[in-house]
Amino acid sequence: MAQAFFGGVHPHDMKAATNEKAIEQLPAPAQVVIPMSQHFGAPCTPLVKVGDRVKVGQKIGEFRGLGAPIHASVSGTVKAVEPRPYSMGGNVMSVVIDNDMQDEVSEEVQAPANPDALSVEEMVEIVKNAGIVGMGGATFPTHVKISGGIGKVDTVIINGAECEPYITGDHRAMLERSEEIIGGATYLAKMFGVEKVVIGVEVNKQNGIDKLNETIAEKHAPVVVEGLRCRYPQGGEKQLCQAITGKQVPPGGLPSNIGCAVFNINTTCAIYKAITTGMPVVKKVVTVSGSGVEEPKNVECPIGTPVSLLFDFCGGLKDGTYKLIAGGPMMGMAQYTADIPVAKGTGCMLAFCEKEEQTVEHPQCIRCGKCVGVCPMHLEPLFLYQYASKGLVDELNDAHIMDCMECGACAYTCPARLHLTHMFKTGKQLVKDAAAKAKAAAEAKKAAEEAKKEGA
Amino acid sequence: MTDYKNLKLIATSSPHIRGSETTRGIMTDVIIAMLPALAYACINFGLRALTLTAVSVAGCIFFEWLYRRLMKRPQSIQDLSCVVTGMLLAFVCPVQIPYWMILIGDFFAIVLVKQLFGGIGKNFVNPALAGRAILLASYAGSMTSWVDPAVNKAAILGSNVDVVTAATPLAYMKGTDPVALAESFSNLTGTYSVSQMFLGQTGGSLGEVSALLLIIGGVYLIWRKVINWQTPVAYIGTVAVLTFLFPKAGSALDWMLYSIFGGGLMLGAFFMATDYATSPVTKKGQLVFGIGCGLFTVLIRYFGSYNEGVCYSIMVMNLFVALIDKYTKPTRFGIVKSEKEASAK
Repeated sequence: MAQAFFGGVHPHDMKAATNEKAIEQLPAPAQVVIPMSQHFGAPCTPLVKVGDRVKVGQKIGEFRGLGAPIHASVSGTVKAVEPRPYSMGGNVMSVVIDNDMQDEVSEEVQAPANPDALSVEEMVEIVKNAGIVGMGGATFPTHVKISGGIGKVDTVIINGAECEPYITGDHRAMLERSEEIIGGATYLAKMFGVEKVVIGVEVNKQNGIDKLNETIAEKHAPVVVEGLRCRYPQGGEKQLCQAITGKQVPPGGLPSNIGCAVFNINTTCAIYKAITTGMPVVKKVVTVSGSGVEEPKNVECPIGTPVSLLFDFCGGLKDGTYKLIAGGPMMGMAQYTADIPVAKGTGCMLAFCEKEEQTVEHPQCIRCGKCVGVCPMHLEPLFLYQYASKGLVDELNDAHIMDCMECGACAYTCPARLHLTHMFKTGKQLVKDAAAKAKAAAEAKKAAEEAKKEGA
Repeated sequence: MTDYKNLKLIATSSPHIRGSETTRGIMTDVIIAMLPALAYACINFGLRALTLTAVSVAGCIFFEWLYRRLMKRPQSIQDLSCVVTGMLLAFVCPVQIPYWMILIGDFFAIVLVKQLFGGIGKNFVNPALAGRAILLASYAGSMTSWVDPAVNKAAILGSNVDVVTAATPLAYMKGTDPVALAESFSNLTGTYSVSQMFLGQTGGSLGEVSALLLIIGGVYLIWRKVINWQTPVAYIGTVAVLTFLFPKAGSALDWMLYSIFGGGLMLGAFFMATDYATSPVTKKGQLVFGIGCGLFTVLIRYFGSYNEGVCYSIMVMNLFVALIDKYTKPTRFGIVKSEKEASAK
């Protein structure tokens, strides 16, 4: 059982609420709100205007630079193109589509005649046009990861750790859609030219592991399943690489630096669908759970579905619900409104009504060092906290604050209940601001010197 | 259906769940771990052990409450760390010292050492040990006369005049003249067997005598993950190795066993050197810290003017904590050895 990363925590997994519930289809929403920024990189430019008729799978947002295109998830009429709230904070330009309930598929969606005969370049092109991004939440454009990794990567890893509490979408996909996962993994093996693809799964999903192994045997697929110890953040990209290969991604580096590429289960399914049917990313499986939800479920819905419909489908919210979280409880973002749509990176929507997080009014560090013992990035959170709260940028840099991936393990374990992760987000911003300022000052100085030279 | 427009939502930073451990819970565990030794102290020295501890705890709670109130700071007595300090200070004092004396120690520990530096987690030496140090410096007589548990129990009230005092085992192990030392050490081995030393049927500070019950408390703390094994094992191990290698009298094994079971080593190793605020935060650092404590303990016992070296050795090492923390940082993630060597070149 692979587990070799340092530290980590073991919260109650809370998965029993939904891990035996099959993925259900949400009844078609009357309207979807599709944000033009669902990936790591610059937002897309909308390709449609108010009044246009769109069909399922039609490209409605084009990317520039680093990014992935965005497609209509329902057929209907564009009602508005305007900024709307979305789950990563603030407002973002969104295309609002009134669903005509026809489910008409766009002519742009073309299944390749023989998917197995496609060349690597053709497959990457399909992945790119299908708008596939890292659907575990990081939303890094998948085609960039593949084309950048070919030749460098010798270990392709599918991330089935699903280490955050509550989330069960990947587990259900293993049980219900193992062909898609294994099929997608097989295409990835082909694209990277590797002999084996490794699927890492935490051992609390034994039936998922069994099902995957069954399918692998059936298909004679070049895939192996590796059981992982249940330990948060086992599904962190760097921790997963470390568990599977024993190697550590260098500071500031990417898994490709050590010959690894990591793909989420959902992403793998999306790759399979795109290559076999030509259908881009228009749907997402979302686990709807938490103490504030009447009847937790795994729901598949079109991208852009308002999350309020998901909660309604799950029996509505209980009275006293005080927190909505897009994502898992460890790294997800608390929302100030239920008026947000499901995006490509939304794997979970939580509602809390019981007091899940005990805080104290005046937290004071007792130097117990437990945060040092759990930090999977080998940092010393208690010192980072001091530096960040005093705004000491140089000390923050020396203590490698930018290595922090905000997994929340330190804050979870802290007996004094310090707001560690929150403070590190602030501290990282301080470091970024200082770097930007220094750069601007250097450029201004350079410009001034040049002006001086010209003057002389 | 739910009225989504009128939800009262709180938007805070992740993580949105927390573990169950609290500062108060940790302190409760420490208190529980000290209870066997306290119970034994009552049997060994009489009920005065309990009343002295109670007075000390009450004093610590009072001074902390008063200070926070006068300084208009949020109250902190609910975290129970002041209770731990109160118990520990009583544990390192002889059982018959007057109540007013331990209150002076409480004041010093809580106000001067802990609160003036910012309260829990901010003090740079262990408050209970600092309290003991000031009492020892101020009232050397009272602080070094010990009730002999074999002869009588300390009276709960009243004076300590009629108490028959006894030297602690460590006093028999002190001396520069090898002949006299050999004689006094054989006196000690004749008076107390190793098992008596281990169980604690000897004179000494209130809570330090029973190695067995302190080890039980320490193992409980390690099992509850309140402390790491590194500090106590390194500390006791260092003292054991040094005393075994350099015995001053008797057989090496006897000398070693009487050294680790006598005095405050067990109490210091499990309950004092592991104090969060005044020990390193990494396990590597805690090993270094424990070894340093052991080294200073043996040096003071061998060459210092005091019989006992645990208190001062831990306080000295407390001052090295920032330095140890600096040099025992975890290796940065992604820096593997070969690369480190390469970058060094």
